[in-house]
Amino acid sequence: MTQAATNTSDTSTSDLMVEMRNVNKWYGDFHVLRDIYLEVKRGERIVVCGPSGSGKSTLIRCINHLEEHQKGEIVVGGVPLTQDVKRIEQIRRSVGMVFQHFNLFPHLTVLENCCIAPMWVQKKPRKEAEALAMEYLERVRIAEQATKYPGQLSGGQQQRVAIARSLCMHPDVMLFDEPTSALDPEMIKEVLDVMVELAEEGMTMICVTHEMGFAKKVADRVIFMDQGQIIEENAPEPFFNNPQSERTQLFLSQILGH
Amino acid sequence: MIHNKETIPQRPAPKGTIGPVAWLRGNLFNGPINSVFTLLGLYVLYLLVVPTVQWAFIDANWVGDSREDCTRAGACWVFVNARFSQFMYGLYPSEEYWRANIVFAMFAAIIAWMVIPRLPFKRWMALFALLIFPVIAYVLLHGGYFDLPRVSTHRWGGLMLTLLLASVGMIGALPIGIVLALGRRSNMPIVKTFCVIFIEFWRGVPLITILFMASVMLPLFLPSEISVDRLVRALIGLTLFQSAYMAEVIRGGLQAIPKGQDEAAAALGMTYWKRMGLIVMPQALKMMIPGIVNTFISLFKDTTLVMIIGLFDLLGIVQAALSDSRWLGFSIEGYVFAAFVFWIFCFSMSRYSQYLERKLNTGHKH
Repeated sequence: MTQAATNTSDTSTSDLMVEMRNVNKWYGDFHVLRDIYLEVKRGERIVVCGPSGSGKSTLIRCINHLEEHQKGEIVVGGVPLTQDVKRIEQIRRSVGMVFQHFNLFPHLTVLENCCIAPMWVQKKPRKEAEALAMEYLERVRIAEQATKYPGQLSGGQQQRVAIARSLCMHPDVMLFDEPTSALDPEMIKEVLDVMVELAEEGMTMICVTHEMGFAKKVADRVIFMDQGQIIEENAPEPFFNNPQSERTQLFLSQILGH
Repeated sequence: MIHNKETIPQRPAPKGTIGPVAWLRGNLFNGPINSVFTLLGLYVLYLLVVPTVQWAFIDANWVGDSREDCTRAGACWVFVNARFSQFMYGLYPSEEYWRANIVFAMFAAIIAWMVIPRLPFKRWMALFALLIFPVIAYVLLHGGYFDLPRVSTHRWGGLMLTLLLASVGMIGALPIGIVLALGRRSNMPIVKTFCVIFIEFWRGVPLITILFMASVMLPLFLPSEISVDRLVRALIGLTLFQSAYMAEVIRGGLQAIPKGQDEAAAALGMTYWKRMGLIVMPQALKMMIPGIVNTFISLFKDTTLVMIIGLFDLLGIVQAALSDSRWLGFSIEGYVFAAFVFWIFCFSMSRYSQYLERKLNTGHKH
C-alpha cells in the first residue's frame, strides 16, 4: 500500500513539493481549515497572509504534522502524510520550520543547537555536523556567536540561528511561521535579508508573514486567507495592485493604509 | 536639547549607607519597635543557646565505658561512644565490620568523585556506581561468595541500613518517576490510565501501610516456596512509594517547558524519545532540582519507618539501645545523636542542590 501510494504521486507530480487537497481541520467544533487546495512546486516561494485567526499558521503546521488534519490529503515531496509515526518523521526531516518565537534550545549553545539534529537524526559524526553547522552559521552571519547560549543573543540573532538550525538538515521545503512578528523593528531587516538570500538560492519556501515588502520582492504567489479559507491567490504584482475580493481589499487597506 | 555632554564620573555612595553599622541600623534597629524586637530576640537566643552549649559541650562527659563515668551534669556522650559501632552497623558481626567499612569507603569515594567538579570521567564513574558498585556492595555485605561468611540481611542495621535504603530508593525512584511522569502525559489512553492509577494508588496510601503490606500481606499471596527477603520487600515498597511522588514532581517540571521546545525538536524530525531525552528532560530536570532533592530528603527521613517491620535503621538501633537496662535514662543523648546524623546528610543534600542550581543556571537563563 505504501509502495503504491508513493509511486502514483511520484509519477504524476514529480516536481510538486507540497500538495494539499481538500484539507479540513477542526479544533473541537471549530472549523479552522476549510477545503484547502494548495500546490507548491519545487523552488516556488509562497507568502501566506491574512488577518489573525484566519488559519494561516495552522495551515503550514499541518504540512509537517505539528497539527493534525481530519479530512483531505497532504503529500510532501511525494510522500503522503498519514498517522504513521515513521512516515511523519520522514517528512519532518525534509521540511524545515522557523517559528515566531524562535524556539531555540536554551540549554544548548548556538553550535549545539545546529548540530543536535544532524547528529541524532541523521547520525552524522560530531566533526561533520559541526563543520556543517559552522557553514550555515557563516551564511546567516552569526558564526562568531557559535559558543554562546541563545539567551545571550538578541531576537534577530536568535531567529537567524533558528534558520541555520533548520538548514543544517538540508530540507527540501522551508516553512516560516511569522518569523519576524516577535522581533523589535530594528531586527526585522537582518532576518528578512537572510530569507531573501535563501529565496534567491532557489529554496522552496512557504512563509506566513505580514511583511508585504518581502512578499513583493521574492514571492511567486501570495495567498490570502480568511476564516479558514483561501480567499485569493495571485502573483504579487496583481495581488497588491488589483486585489479581486472585497476581503482582500479590506485587509490590504488595513495593513498598507497607514 | 542636550542634557549632559560628558559622561558623569562614578561617585562614591553617601556615608552611612554601606558598611556593617549601616546594615545594623537598616535591618535591626530601624525604629523603636524593631529595636525592641531585636533585643527581645537576642534575649530569647541567649536563653536557648547558652544552656544547650553548656549541656552538649561544656558540661558533657566524653570518655569512659559505662554510665558510672557520666559524673558531670551535662550530656553523657559516653553512651553514644560505647554504642557507636552498633549505630553504624546494626547487628552486623563485629569481626566482619571491615567489609561494611570497605563499602562505606567506596560509597564515600563515589559521592566525592561525583560532587567535586574538577575530577574527570564522571560518566564512567556514574556507570560504575550504578552497575558495578551494587554488585560489589552486595557480595561484600551479604557474603556467601569467595569464602566470605554469610551475614543475613536481618543483621544489617544502623546507618549502613539507612544509607542502603535511601540510596536504593533514590536511584530507583528517579527513573521510575520519569517513566511514570511521561506516561501520565502520554496520548495513549491505556498507558496514561495505568500511570494515573499507579501514581494515585501509591500516593494515596501511607508508607507505613505499604511497609506493613509488604511484610505481612505479600507472603500470603505468594506461593510458600518463594520467600522474598524482608529487606528486599521494604526496598521495593519504599522505591515504588517514592517513585509516585517523584513522578508528580517531574510532571510539574515537564509542564513548565514551553510547548515550542517539543515542537521545534519534532520539526527537526526527532523521535519522541530523542525529543524527551535531548531537549525536554534536560531542561525540565534542571528546573526540578529543588523538587527532586526535596523528595530525596523526605525519602531519607522516611527510611526510619522500616523500624515497624523489624528492620533496625539508625533511629531503630538507637531506640533499641535506649532500652538496654545498663543505659536507661540516656534517651536525649541518643535522639540528639540520631537527629544530628540525619541532619548532616539532609543538609548536605540541600546545600549540594543549591550549588547545582547555581552552576546549571549560569549563562542559560534569559
